[in-house]
Amino acid sequence: MEQLLVFALLLALGFVSGKTIEHFHFQDLAKRERRLRRLPVLTTSRAPADWRIEDAMLLTGSVVISLDYWKRFASSIRQLFGGNVRSFETLFERARREALLRLKEATAAKGYDALIGVRFDSVELANQGGNGRGTAGVELIAVGTGLRTRR
Amino acid sequence: MILTNIEEVPGRAIREFYGVVSGSTVRAKHIGKDFLAGLKNLVGGELKGYTELLNEARQEATARMVEEARGLGANAVVNVRYATSSVAQGAAEIFAYGTAVRVE
Repeated sequence: MEQLLVFALLLALGFVSGKTIEHFHFQDLAKRERRLRRLPVLTTSRAPADWRIEDAMLLTGSVVISLDYWKRFASSIRQLFGGNVRSFETLFERARREALLRLKEATAAKGYDALIGVRFDSVELANQGGNGRGTAGVELIAVGTGLRTRR
Repeated sequence: MILTNIEEVPGRAIREFYGVVSGSTVRAKHIGKDFLAGLKNLVGGELKGYTELLNEARQEATARMVEEARGLGANAVVNVRYATSSVAQGAAEIFAYGTAVRVE
């Protein structure tokens, strides 16, 4: 009975805090993305022919994000039935947008004005205690070549 | 030292290739950060300690790669790639590699 109570409490804590953090994170992302929306981001390795490139440098942006107790539970239930794991989808969306945003912020901060060759990568970090239950987090990395151009 | 993750240095011609250069580092997180991460695993959100840790590790691996390229007489490394493998419990290896070249 007590164990059930603790479990329910953790679920509730995970649910409320996870949802709150997620909500504010999405708000924050939208705001920062608006600020940098003019910075071009290309996944091609070649820049448009009319850009006069003066300088280039490798830049990265990354974030490590973790699941909350509720998401972990919800996904384990979902795995019984299959289908979209919505709670993971939002987690990855947040992390990927955050990584790209940090890459764009680094680009602007260092005086570059465009990005080409952008790639995303993700790494699952080893879980706590190695008991196979959930993960400690996922790292999302965005890598690209920043350009200083005259356009 | 110019680094790019594409096949060339935009706006500059490559004069010479020196071959692959690489650098790696294995980082462990300290126990305080690990404890906080444990809490974060309940409530969700960013694990800032890990983000910083992996960023530092990436910088270190990159610096070692650059050192090797410099030793060969290169002034740029193109096609830089990062690979991360998470070693069991609290340590991660970051590996950076690329092709050392001389550009004009």
